[in-house]
Amino acid sequence: MVVDTLGSTRILIDITAAKRRCNKFRRRILEVSQQVQALHIGSAYSCVEIVDCIYFELMQSGIGGSSPDTFLLSKGHGCLIQYVVLEELGVLARRDLDLYCTPGGRLGVHPDYGNPGITASTGALGHGLSMSVGMAYAEKVKGGKGLVYCVLSDGEVQEGSTWEATMIASSLGVNNLIAFIDNNDLQALARISVSLPSFYPVADKYSAFGWEVVEVDGHDSEAIYNAVASRRGERPLMVVCKTVKGKGVSFMENEPIWHYRSPSPVEYQQALRELEKAQA
Amino acid sequence: MRKAFSETLYECAKADSEIFIVVADISPAGAMVKFQTEYPKRFIDVGVAEQVMIGIAAGLALKGCKPFAYTIATFALYRAFEMVRDDLGYQNLPVTVVGIGAGVTYSVLGGTHQAMEDIAIAGAIPNMQILAPCDPLECIDATRYCATQQKGPIYLRVAKTGEPTLTENAIEPFIFGKLRYLRRGTDVCVLSYGVVVKLAIQVADRLQTEGKSVSVVSCHTIKPLDRGGIEVALRNHHQVIVIEEHVPQGGLAPQTKQIAWDTDAQCVLHTFTLRDEFIHNYGTHDDLLAAHGLSIEHIMKIVS
Repeated sequence: MVVDTLGSTRILIDITAAKRRCNKFRRRILEVSQQVQALHIGSAYSCVEIVDCIYFELMQSGIGGSSPDTFLLSKGHGCLIQYVVLEELGVLARRDLDLYCTPGGRLGVHPDYGNPGITASTGALGHGLSMSVGMAYAEKVKGGKGLVYCVLSDGEVQEGSTWEATMIASSLGVNNLIAFIDNNDLQALARISVSLPSFYPVADKYSAFGWEVVEVDGHDSEAIYNAVASRRGERPLMVVCKTVKGKGVSFMENEPIWHYRSPSPVEYQQALRELEKAQA
Repeated sequence: MRKAFSETLYECAKADSEIFIVVADISPAGAMVKFQTEYPKRFIDVGVAEQVMIGIAAGLALKGCKPFAYTIATFALYRAFEMVRDDLGYQNLPVTVVGIGAGVTYSVLGGTHQAMEDIAIAGAIPNMQILAPCDPLECIDATRYCATQQKGPIYLRVAKTGEPTLTENAIEPFIFGKLRYLRRGTDVCVLSYGVVVKLAIQVADRLQTEGKSVSVVSCHTIKPLDRGGIEVALRNHHQVIVIEEHVPQGGLAPQTKQIAWDTDAQCVLHTFTLRDEFIHNYGTHDDLLAAHGLSIEHIMKIVS
């Protein structure tokens, strides 16, 4: 715990432990990627630190392992990171991940409501923020203390429905809503900064709609944590996370092909070596 | 009918703090002012933004609330279709989507405001239930059902205001999922739902003056459809007439024909629907229906 210049206390996270977890999650995702094709590995890798920080540093623990907080992965295509985190937490079993995308299994490429630990069915982009606003609002009206965490992709922010939710969120006063944009600047077809430059500056757009906004390095767990921990808390918070698609494996980073592709056995070995080296 | 809806919802909301209403810049009027004044936190106006209206309703339901999403039928169902399908249908959440001005009741607003295909569209979504009350009294029963069920999503098809009461002397009560006989005869059965039940009653009256014994049925639950009840109606009458304010595909008429085929029905079956065409006419609701052949004169020419 440290006291900052304003005199308030902050709990700094154990950055070594966070790095170790994130590396482990990337290796586990890689392992699962050898079972099936097409799994958005690059999209999962770009939000590993964000999802890890939410689950392991930000969400409060409650009675019986449940949390009063809610996590909704609006960028459902990145859900392998959520699956491996839920496996680590014991919410999903190893067998669930072994049967990923296979007959008899219950986990698919996009998260399904009803599966353990999954708040909502997402994958169709532009749905999660609206549902998160509804959940945050219900939480407030019912007098709950829970926070709602929602992770969006930068691609899905282009959906008009996301802007409807953005506009209403601050009007409804859902200051218990904390959203993150996984801003890897790389969607399925192209770089956003090239194909849709008017997307930027994105942070200003959220400020204009009455949100509190912070921009951070989305692979810096401590920065993500501090962005949330030091929020003023009067309005919904948007954490714009600058990230790298495919982060952690050199040949996947910033390569659009890894939006869809699974590594071949040779690529798998190479990626594993890189991650093991990083861990060492 | 809107008034009956808002009065009933207000009464239900007084007793159940989980009831919320999310509207998109349109108010159900009537008792909704009381709802809004007494329970301001449970009344959400999202503005002209139907997608987030459905998404917020889904989010509320995910936290255990019983939300109603309310706006003009075309916008509630068509604009926000993928939200209705994924957030409500796929997740099977108990949210009622209230579509007002459904059918062609907005008779001077033009085709952009006419929900002629709403039953086909809502009915195509797995888990979706569809209720289409025929008058304000039936709307009270339908709204109560919506406010108390937890089974899944509902599309509640509502007209507007000033509809006549048709069910005060009904011989059967409203039971979700069951045909409701308003009167019972032995020769002819007129099946209908929504406000055109008024026309069904006029047809029945006319046939009775011709000496026929006529049943009139409000088929208020379009999904799940009372297939057994329709089979019995097809078996027990010489002639069955379906009158429907909806395009020919995906509504009650084709489903009745399907049941007739499946059960080898022997009766004469006539169906009257809106045509598979947009309506470019203006005038009263009756004028628009008549433009597509839903008039007493046209129907009697064929069925008598």
